[in-house]
Amino acid sequence: MGKIWRVSGPVIIGEDMKGSQVYEIVEIGSKGLVGEIIGLDEDKAIIQAHEDTQSLEVGETVRGTGAILTAELGPGIVGAIYDGLQKSLTVLMEKGSFIERGAKVFSLPRDKKWSFTPTVKVGDVVNQGDIIGTVPETSLIVHKIMVPVGVKGVVKEIAKGEYTIEEPVARISDNGKVSEVIMLQKWPVRKPRPYKQRLAPSQMLITGTRIMDYMFPLALGGKAAIPGGFGTGKTVALQQLARWSQTQLNIYVGCGERGNEMADVLYSFRRLKDPATGSSLQDKEIFIANTSNMPVVAREASIFVGITIAEYFRDMGYDVLLVCDSTSRWAEAMREIGGRLEEIPGEEGFPAYLGSRLAAFYERAGLVECAGNPQRQGSVTVVGAVSPPGADFSEPVTQNTLRIIDVFYALDVTLANKRHFPAINWLTSYSLYVEDVKDWWAKVSSEWDATRATALRLLQKEAELEEIVRLVGPEALPETDKLVMVVTRMMREDFLMQSAYNEIDTYCTPQKGQLMMGTIVKFYELAQRMLDAGATVADVRSSPIVAKISRMKDIANDDIVPRIKGLWSEMEMNLVVQKGEVR
Amino acid sequence: MNLSSLYVTESSALNRTKGSLLIAKSIPGIKLGEIVDVCLASGEVKRGQAIDISKEATVVQVFGGVSEVDLMRSRIRCRGEALRLAVSESILGRVFNGMGEPIDGGPQVIPEDYLDVNGEAINPAGRQPPAEFIETGISAIDGLNALVRGQKLPIFSGSGLPHNQIAAQIIRQASVKGKQSQFAVVFAAIGVSYDDAAFFMKNMEQTGARERTIAFINTASDPVIERISTPRLALTAGEYLAWRKGMHVLVILTDMTNYCEALRELSAMREEIPSRRGYPGYMYTDLATMYERAGRILGKDGSVTILPILTMPDDDITHPIPDLTGYITEGQIVLSRELERKGAYPPIDVFLSLSRMMKEGIGADKTREDHNNVFMQLYAAYAEGCNLREISTIIGAEALGERDKIYLEIADRFEREFISQGVNERRTVEETLDIGWNLFSALPEEDLKLINQKLIKKYLPKYREKV
Repeated sequence: MGKIWRVSGPVIIGEDMKGSQVYEIVEIGSKGLVGEIIGLDEDKAIIQAHEDTQSLEVGETVRGTGAILTAELGPGIVGAIYDGLQKSLTVLMEKGSFIERGAKVFSLPRDKKWSFTPTVKVGDVVNQGDIIGTVPETSLIVHKIMVPVGVKGVVKEIAKGEYTIEEPVARISDNGKVSEVIMLQKWPVRKPRPYKQRLAPSQMLITGTRIMDYMFPLALGGKAAIPGGFGTGKTVALQQLARWSQTQLNIYVGCGERGNEMADVLYSFRRLKDPATGSSLQDKEIFIANTSNMPVVAREASIFVGITIAEYFRDMGYDVLLVCDSTSRWAEAMREIGGRLEEIPGEEGFPAYLGSRLAAFYERAGLVECAGNPQRQGSVTVVGAVSPPGADFSEPVTQNTLRIIDVFYALDVTLANKRHFPAINWLTSYSLYVEDVKDWWAKVSSEWDATRATALRLLQKEAELEEIVRLVGPEALPETDKLVMVVTRMMREDFLMQSAYNEIDTYCTPQKGQLMMGTIVKFYELAQRMLDAGATVADVRSSPIVAKISRMKDIANDDIVPRIKGLWSEMEMNLVVQKGEVR
Repeated sequence: MNLSSLYVTESSALNRTKGSLLIAKSIPGIKLGEIVDVCLASGEVKRGQAIDISKEATVVQVFGGVSEVDLMRSRIRCRGEALRLAVSESILGRVFNGMGEPIDGGPQVIPEDYLDVNGEAINPAGRQPPAEFIETGISAIDGLNALVRGQKLPIFSGSGLPHNQIAAQIIRQASVKGKQSQFAVVFAAIGVSYDDAAFFMKNMEQTGARERTIAFINTASDPVIERISTPRLALTAGEYLAWRKGMHVLVILTDMTNYCEALRELSAMREEIPSRRGYPGYMYTDLATMYERAGRILGKDGSVTILPILTMPDDDITHPIPDLTGYITEGQIVLSRELERKGAYPPIDVFLSLSRMMKEGIGADKTREDHNNVFMQLYAAYAEGCNLREISTIIGAEALGERDKIYLEIADRFEREFISQGVNERRTVEETLDIGWNLFSALPEEDLKLINQKLIKKYLPKYREKV
């Protein structure tokens, strides 16, 4: 048992701490505040406190727990709301509306009984990662109980029926050494969980957001960043991902962000339904809420707790999405600790290890072949928001993130001020998964590749034309360029813009997206033919088809095929008939 | 302040001073963040705060600076407590300084409780999403950037712009439709000029709002260190009224730029590693711990709404102060020098302003069914008009088509009729929306794409007159 030697903000130095280990969890003072040892110096330990250190005194006790920071994993985790240290905020509510320092609660309910169905029988030989039984946890998640890491042998006993997470459900004997398996597992959050092998991404992660799915696709097991200044819609974009992504489990980490926003997320997820299954979204979500006024150091913990839970479900063979809002706040926490420890800073005061820490986090994403039997694949996809000061992407957090991620959704202040949402800039964003998901898209439509390329080419052309328009006015453009401007405006307003608040538009299937963009490109081809036959762009613009294209968004996903078919034949009639009128 | 508590320790082992810091030998029993007395040889007592404690040394930040402190005869007295505010319902109508002491000549507060000025974090799971519309009577806010109870919405201004008038107008006019509830205003003046502070006090007196207002005044000539405590005292008083007394509290903090400057000054004295433009790296968190005290709580009646005012240095919205604020707050009301020059009051920049809580606070049961549609259409029409205005400066208005000229005209009328209003003019939200409909009359009806057909038939003046 050590004593406090110094307190300075969130950093504590303890003395008489011989025998402690780095990253060991300590309990500080009479309230038992949680801290983590980040360095040792003979008998002194440097501790970062995960809770507010106000009112601590020199000489108060520092008690080592011998354990490092772990996440509790097991049934009861889905739908939970945790703080950065995985304390259940719903359980903490029983103690009052404000968060009390040092309060201790379990992450998972201890008294609840779960219905365990075995998938192995006595005499089977099992290894770590093997699934030995299942528990229906929510309407959407079947929790698979796996043999803990480090355990193997012959199943001596296997249970069936109602158990709590601390009651043994199996006994496994390895040459006489018997291990009891309970449903509760613990895992150190800073350590990646093992898997058999990493696989190259090949499956699309369907987000329901057109500019993401269609233009800059994200693959299962991929990693993406969404940087953007304030008011550019980072949070709404992440919420949309957490709502509609066609993954089996979504984890929403609110790291150093707004409390009211978190309340809104929690409130809306309770009411929303998953588009694929119709069940409440809460049945496939886990929330980690460490708002900006909660302790700074716990921001780091919140991110690692989140990714550890994600890996645990990946190991069951699920596709998991983790969204983190915002990684900049975590970086700022690192900067604060680094400053207190008087480390030599890198850029803008951030520690020199900023890049490697960010990489260590993002690299835990991936598509893997899971450890253990039966054979299965699982994935963790990570999407992190970045909040660059002054919306300037040259700052260290954005730049360090760009080096690691494969998909970049650049949020643009100018678009946001024009109320173009999602304000993802189509000229600067990119996805490195375009080739990987080509085969997947080919099953939806053989046209995707070509249509997407045409769209990007025209949008690029528009940017060039706009420069000219600014100088000479729109009327001075040749007709063919005017047509490009008409068509790209359609692409922007009728395709790229997507309302998160419109019941139908909020979720768009890839098929609908393809048909929408296909229609616009088809319109362009027909209009070009009209121009060739001598019509003007004004003729094209006055066609009733234009208004119909602008209403494609409002067509329900289920109705899209017949409705677009109708639109196409109308388009061919209409635009051709007009052509006939032109002399 | 709690004056009755026993002093626990005294120390005269002072080692050195550094800026406003006083470094003493280790003082047993001192707590981090504790408020101490620094007793000078002259008998004067200054206040200070322990900001770094260890077995070797105690670092005390002295409020009001270390002038006249000497290392031989001065002493540090520890009272064993953090900065706390004495609260009771009698604080309504009172004026305090940046240490929470009354400066209105009235008696000391007879406390019901002492509250830690740092407050506690609201459990995110215990928050109720804000959704009650506050009618400020100002069209540019109510119509386009609606404020709701429990929101934190700053005014980003520049020197010389009428942010004080706007804030005063909001204090005078703010109300919630159809609800009789207890309402209070907590006003914190942080490093503002005496005139600015007097302006607010006078304004409250005139409107008879005095007895439901609490003021914490730290003027430019008061100690810099108290700029750090002033907004926290105000929020503590606000929370007391909201969560214990069930009142709806509006907290006005002006000028937060002075707060951030003070934070930078103190950080520099502590020799901390600076972040952008010399501001400390923890400024985001520091501001967040204050702004996040806004909100509503499940099962409680009251609410805390925060309206901070800050002047953007050089009107630069990417400066760290407005930038970090914008990342924390739920939107921002941005004032425009250009509109001000055109004579518009309030000169609210519609494009840069945003209220993130608006959509929850408006609509059929809250304001009026057409609110969102009117907002979108007004915004789109004004944006188109401004775009054409820009083009017309290059190619001339004559070169524009007929339709374009209509939009150019609409942009001007929008600024004159919708945004502009009197300093004492209180428009109901219906009046605000009807001004919008009047503007729509000038547009071709088929251009009103963002409005539901039914609403056009119901509200567009030419149909309305027929009914």
